[in-house]
Amino acid sequence: MIWLPFLVSEHWWDLRDLGNLSREILELIERGLGSEVAYIVSPLIGFVASFLLFVLPTQLYLGVYGERRLIGRMQSRLGPNRVGKFGLLQPIADAIKLIQKEAITPRGADRWVMWTAPVVFVAPAVLVWAVIPFGPNMVIADLPTGLVYYLAVAALPVLAAFMAGWSSNNKYSLFGAMRVVAMAISYEVALVLALLGVVLFTQTLSLQEIILWQRDLDIWLVFLQPLAFIIYFISASAELNRTPTDIAEAESEIVAGYLTEYSGMKWGLFYGMDIGYAIAAAAFGSTVFLGGWSFFGLEEWVPPWLILIVKTQLFYFVFIWTRGTLPRLRIDQLMGLAWKYLLPLAAVNLLVVAAERLWWKEAELGDGIVYLFAAINIVLAVVLLVGWARALGYRPERVRTRPRLVKEPLGYVPADSSAGGGQ
Amino acid sequence: MTEIRSEPFVVNIGPQHPSTHGVFRIKATVDGERVIDAEMVMGYLHRSIEKLAEERTYTQNIPFTDRTDYLSSMSNNLGYCLAVEKLAGIEVPPRGNAIRVIMAELQRLASHCMAIGAFANDTGAWQTPVMWTFRERERILDLFEMTSGARLTCNYMRIGGVAFDLPKDFVPACRKVIERFPAFIDELHGLLSENEIFIARTKGIGVITAEQAINASLSGPMLRGSGVAWDIRKADPYCGYEQYDFDIPVGENGDSYDRFIVRLEEMRQSVRIIEQALDGLPGGPFRTEVPLALRPPKGEAYARVEGPRGELGYYVVSDGGPSPFRFHIRPPSFINLSLLKEMTVGGTVADAIVVLGSIDIVVGEIDR
Repeated sequence: MIWLPFLVSEHWWDLRDLGNLSREILELIERGLGSEVAYIVSPLIGFVASFLLFVLPTQLYLGVYGERRLIGRMQSRLGPNRVGKFGLLQPIADAIKLIQKEAITPRGADRWVMWTAPVVFVAPAVLVWAVIPFGPNMVIADLPTGLVYYLAVAALPVLAAFMAGWSSNNKYSLFGAMRVVAMAISYEVALVLALLGVVLFTQTLSLQEIILWQRDLDIWLVFLQPLAFIIYFISASAELNRTPTDIAEAESEIVAGYLTEYSGMKWGLFYGMDIGYAIAAAAFGSTVFLGGWSFFGLEEWVPPWLILIVKTQLFYFVFIWTRGTLPRLRIDQLMGLAWKYLLPLAAVNLLVVAAERLWWKEAELGDGIVYLFAAINIVLAVVLLVGWARALGYRPERVRTRPRLVKEPLGYVPADSSAGGGQ
Repeated sequence: MTEIRSEPFVVNIGPQHPSTHGVFRIKATVDGERVIDAEMVMGYLHRSIEKLAEERTYTQNIPFTDRTDYLSSMSNNLGYCLAVEKLAGIEVPPRGNAIRVIMAELQRLASHCMAIGAFANDTGAWQTPVMWTFRERERILDLFEMTSGARLTCNYMRIGGVAFDLPKDFVPACRKVIERFPAFIDELHGLLSENEIFIARTKGIGVITAEQAINASLSGPMLRGSGVAWDIRKADPYCGYEQYDFDIPVGENGDSYDRFIVRLEEMRQSVRIIEQALDGLPGGPFRTEVPLALRPPKGEAYARVEGPRGELGYYVVSDGGPSPFRFHIRPPSFINLSLLKEMTVGGTVADAIVVLGSIDIVVGEIDR
């Protein structure tokens, strides 16, 4: 266990760290039933506790409810406000409605694959939370390779989406499935390369140690690795099928993508866990880039898990915000973004980080140098993001956003004429 | 390197699809994501309005015109009434004309709101623009309700004028609605026309050259988006449009983006026209008295108005009886649709949806 001075007590009632509570319960079981049982029970308790305490409430209430309310506000409408006070019971009402609905399996569909797909989709959504630390002791499995574990498990829903799309025996579903796979392959590369920069700096793959590293140096990795953060955000939202990149479910094009033939709670599982993955990605992002449960000393006064939840929800809010604002990219544009734009930038970022890390350690510069690195990397990120876009031929000032105005209906107005003023 | 080819297959986009704007169907043959052939299938909403109209009197036909293009009922009423007035030689008093202009321009605002919102929805902006435009459209529909009692199918124009005079508090209420519009258009401008993703999705998609547009007899924003300055309100003025000062916005490339910005600019111009019309609203009668069972002399007449979607024409033939011998509509979105294949083939499925959205079809008008 990591020794931390600010944890004044290890009493079970110390709510700043719920790890104490679960340890107490485990010791009770061990005394009563023997260590073999405790060995089996402990991961179960950890799972149930983390799922019930964090994932389910945040997911249902701040995820489903909050998203619908916020999107409603952005669209100048009210959002759910009928069921319960402020519509707070709406997610429960929706779940009950979905359970009651018939789960239709279309003729010609591959029954077994179609019925297993939601399960395959849900299981990793629970599993990813195993490595996310909620506090100094509150992590179910502090794997030395937590980052790799997260990436591996978070890539599994692609399989489920593909199963769903393939088995539905529907052309729109097939489109969605193909798009999911294409996206995952493209964006996973940039995502992993971006996170490699983080790993190079911190020299660890354990999420807990990444947080402690940020805490010890009093700097968040988002400042040290702004480019990696942006790449992570775009790639994560692409993998999650959130709106600017939701081509796999593109409602206006392919109806609902791989979900077209799903109904009832089978659809509900996909829908709920979509938000579950988004929240997991937000939690992971805030862990890796935003200091996780630490907040410059505030974690000694406020329960660390609360800090993580707030950060996660703020991160998730950005997902909601982009969803409420931006149109969707086309599939070839998305692929182009991944391969032509994000991937080279991630590679350059990796090079820069490696050089900085080498210089830092070889010259024995001390920890204060990270602030210089942060300044360099922020400037570099801006320069690279703008410069590379320009190099790829992006010229926003050449787009005429206002039409030309003509007084008389004289027929064709040649493109280079400035008749009638205009812009 | 050998090229990997997949087998082409047919995807029916519609008749039940979130973005076919009604019951329209594109039978698209796709090779992966590319559309290699597209066929339009229409007629799902055919109600035989043109034939039904031959059985009813001239006044009874006005409600039918509401139901062709249900998003711009005022313009349709106007087009039909103009045709009958031309046939029977009826003059409309100045106040009636001014009210007609106000209503037609309000209708254009409402219809373009709908078109822009639905178009943004087609590009994937998840409901936000459509909600914003609906918010503003709602205020215009309130004005319609205030004047005619109905929001969507207004049935407000009459042969010889309009059905009722404007209510007392219409002018201030209308000014209040109109005042908000320039700011709202700027808001949409910021949200959509300067949005990188929106530009990437619509620029260069569904290009029609000016020559193609003229040859296919396109009209309205479709034609103007291709760079042809043509507007019935200026070229063949009706209802006293010649006294109002406004400009014709024209695009440059004839792509979906240009059609969008042309619509946005047309909304600004409509606001200008309504302001002028409200300022100079004449007094006097709003309608010429016309016998209910109107029997126009033998002959034929074609009247056209610049509807929100383009040249909206009504062709009426009279045999001297109380009902038209032949009643025909020139629906702009039907004719604008004729280049759909040229615009979609070669693009992706997502492009086809954007192109369809940029045409701004109303299936009630296509199928009649």
